[in-house]
Amino acid sequence: MGSSLRVLNRIADSPLVERLGLEDRAQKLVYEGAKRAAETAARAAKRFSSKRTDGRPRSSQKFDLSLTEEQQLMRDTLRRFADDVMQPAAREADDRSSTPDGFLDAFGELGAFAMSVPEVLGGAAERVSAVSQMLIVEDLARGDMGLAYAALSPLSFVNALVHWGSDEQQSRLLPSLLEGESNAATVAVVEPHPLFDPGALRTAAKRRGSDYELSGEKSMVALADRAHYFLVAAEVPKVGPRFFLVERDAEGVETLDEPAMGLRSASLGRLKLDKVRVGSEALLGGEAALKAEGKAAYDDGMNRARIAWGAMALGTSQALLDYVIPYCNERLAFGEPISHRQAVAFMVADIGIELESMRMLVYRAAGRIDAGLRCRREAYLARTLCSEKAMEIGTNGVQLLGGAGFIKDHPVELWYRQLRSIGVMDGNLLL
Amino acid sequence: MIYLEVPKNLKLVVNQAHQVAKHIFRPISRKYDRAEHDYPKELDMLAALMDGLSAGGGPQGAGVDALQREAGANGGVRNGGNMTTCLGLTELCWGDVGLALSIPRQGLGNAAIAAVADADQKERFAGVWAAMAITEPGAGSDSANIRTTARLDGDEWVLNGEKIYVTAGSRADSVVVWATLDRNLGRAAIKSFVVPHGTPGMEVVRLDKKLGIRASDTASITLTECRIPKDNLLGSSDIEAKTGFGGVMQTFDNTRPVVAGMAVGVARAALEHTRALLEEEGIKVRYRGPLFAKSAAEAELIRMEADWEAGRLLMLKAAWMADNGIPNSTEASMSKAKAARVGNRITLRCVELCGSLGYSEAELIEKWARDSKILDIFEGTQQIQLLIVARSLLGKRSSELR
Repeated sequence: MGSSLRVLNRIADSPLVERLGLEDRAQKLVYEGAKRAAETAARAAKRFSSKRTDGRPRSSQKFDLSLTEEQQLMRDTLRRFADDVMQPAAREADDRSSTPDGFLDAFGELGAFAMSVPEVLGGAAERVSAVSQMLIVEDLARGDMGLAYAALSPLSFVNALVHWGSDEQQSRLLPSLLEGESNAATVAVVEPHPLFDPGALRTAAKRRGSDYELSGEKSMVALADRAHYFLVAAEVPKVGPRFFLVERDAEGVETLDEPAMGLRSASLGRLKLDKVRVGSEALLGGEAALKAEGKAAYDDGMNRARIAWGAMALGTSQALLDYVIPYCNERLAFGEPISHRQAVAFMVADIGIELESMRMLVYRAAGRIDAGLRCRREAYLARTLCSEKAMEIGTNGVQLLGGAGFIKDHPVELWYRQLRSIGVMDGNLLL
Repeated sequence: MIYLEVPKNLKLVVNQAHQVAKHIFRPISRKYDRAEHDYPKELDMLAALMDGLSAGGGPQGAGVDALQREAGANGGVRNGGNMTTCLGLTELCWGDVGLALSIPRQGLGNAAIAAVADADQKERFAGVWAAMAITEPGAGSDSANIRTTARLDGDEWVLNGEKIYVTAGSRADSVVVWATLDRNLGRAAIKSFVVPHGTPGMEVVRLDKKLGIRASDTASITLTECRIPKDNLLGSSDIEAKTGFGGVMQTFDNTRPVVAGMAVGVARAALEHTRALLEEEGIKVRYRGPLFAKSAAEAELIRMEADWEAGRLLMLKAAWMADNGIPNSTEASMSKAKAARVGNRITLRCVELCGSLGYSEAELIEKWARDSKILDIFEGTQQIQLLIVARSLLGKRSSELR
């Protein structure tokens, strides 16, 4: 209880929270957190039963699209952050191909890390929810997908530790990440070749006694220039793909800048691994991960990655829709707003329809995780739809603005470049 | 809490509807596609079965009269009549769209009665099979432009006009007719009237021959000095600018998700069957690996399935909103636009994927590809749905975005 309150308190103390006028929400967050902590303590005191619950919410088993109060609170906070901090910073960060100093700290102050880590591991979450994580992704991507990618990479690393890390790995790595070292870690799954398949990795982790030797290349790694830890996906021969915790200063680790069409503000880089030797404690989940549960964890990770990139598509597409609506209403041609023409208006309607289509598929897949249901099919279908429709929305957004969409005075060309990533990125983020 | 699965308590109804679709509709599907305008007598048995279920206090059926707007949820989230009906029709249309449209006492007019009738009328029209007559030779999507008139003469309304494309218009026992009290007063003056068959002056003058849904009768009806009781007008006779036409149009917020569900059903039939046929050719769908490393057929099946899921989930969303008293005009139109267009595209693509087998009457796939087209037309065409969605998103009136 103490640790979670400490984290909550830090959120409330954040100068950013004050600057954004989020005190009310922060206070409510703290209040709810404290209330929960107290309730947890009271429950624990009441029954000393050591029976473990699986931590899963009891689903009402009714079709439901409403958010929990906590999710709504987090959502309000992140939307303000997206509008007031991310959108104004997006253009320059893209130009510089670098995540601005201070941005990750500012994000860290909002409490997303605390809300992602359960109380027993020092965080403030009553339970970890894939839907809540997905909403964080969506809301940040509404601010800017590149900056969101930067902010979410350490969070993805944390999520992986929470879901699949061994006790030793959790206690070794989580505290520093929770204490605000929000730029310390990232995830590296994607590899630089056509038809990349996260289930058939070229990066290998060969056994060398009790150690592993990692060789290969990872692509589009966010924060590659500054991360201390990389969560690397590598194929263990005769076992299958697994996650490894690799430190930046290990011998054979090299990072190179890898600027791309979009997502530039995430400080993209290529990670080269040349016979990098790591101990057995680097295998995420420890020795147990070599068995079936390691495969299940990796497959789960891929589902979570697909949902995460789907949520990225949602956020940026929503930003685009919110931008083209006033533009089309204000832009005059032939003596009236262009939105009075069906050719224009129907394009806007289709953006709205396909955005909501994507949203339904992504939400459903995340909801299934929280309900303890399998979601490989649902996550795959969500990715399939989002890959196609996100780019359609991106290109139609530019089209609606015409020449103005093509120049950098408007953010639409940036969204166009970023929405292309949805079909490309299969990995590198985890709910 | 986000949970987008079909709720367990509705699975019984879904399963019942599926049994009807599988064991009653499918076996006679081709027969009534060929014998257009023959009355499917098997449906009488089905009607008796459904009545028996309701009379026996069985679970809430999948009928259109369950399409009522809830006043708002007290005691949590509701999965009610709208969702039940959508899911039920999805299953029935998996069996056969035309037959689903011909189930006695499940006409669109029944949905209108359920949506706008007062308590007294609901009682009076209970058990009636009501078709819906909106379209005229000179007014289709522009339904505010109808010419059929209603004039009050003593205790009776006198109707005059011509209606076309009336689904179940000859088989139903009543027709809900849209007519205007005063053409100069525009949409506010448009009201709906229940006209029982047999009323002097109302006549079925023609049955259409169609591309699809041939098991369902589509009638042209004339009204000539047709007199009905004063209280057969549904809702209020006041010409209030706000509630008049809107009240009638409100029916659509409830019925459009149902039509979306119909498209979801017929598309699922085509997808499932195509998948089974392709599996015999060694094409199996696997939800792993890059889409572009798959065969074109497998990739196309997956793309279609993703679009199909989108239509299905948008339908459930619109129904969920209606069940929980949340205004859903935009979402109802979104669901119909998406589900109907992908339903049509999927069924047509399935014909193509299955080659001459898909094109042949040896299979039902070609029939589904013909049946699906109407779903992107009636209850508001694709283009009308886009107009509604666009106006809502852009904040435009119909006078601005026309």
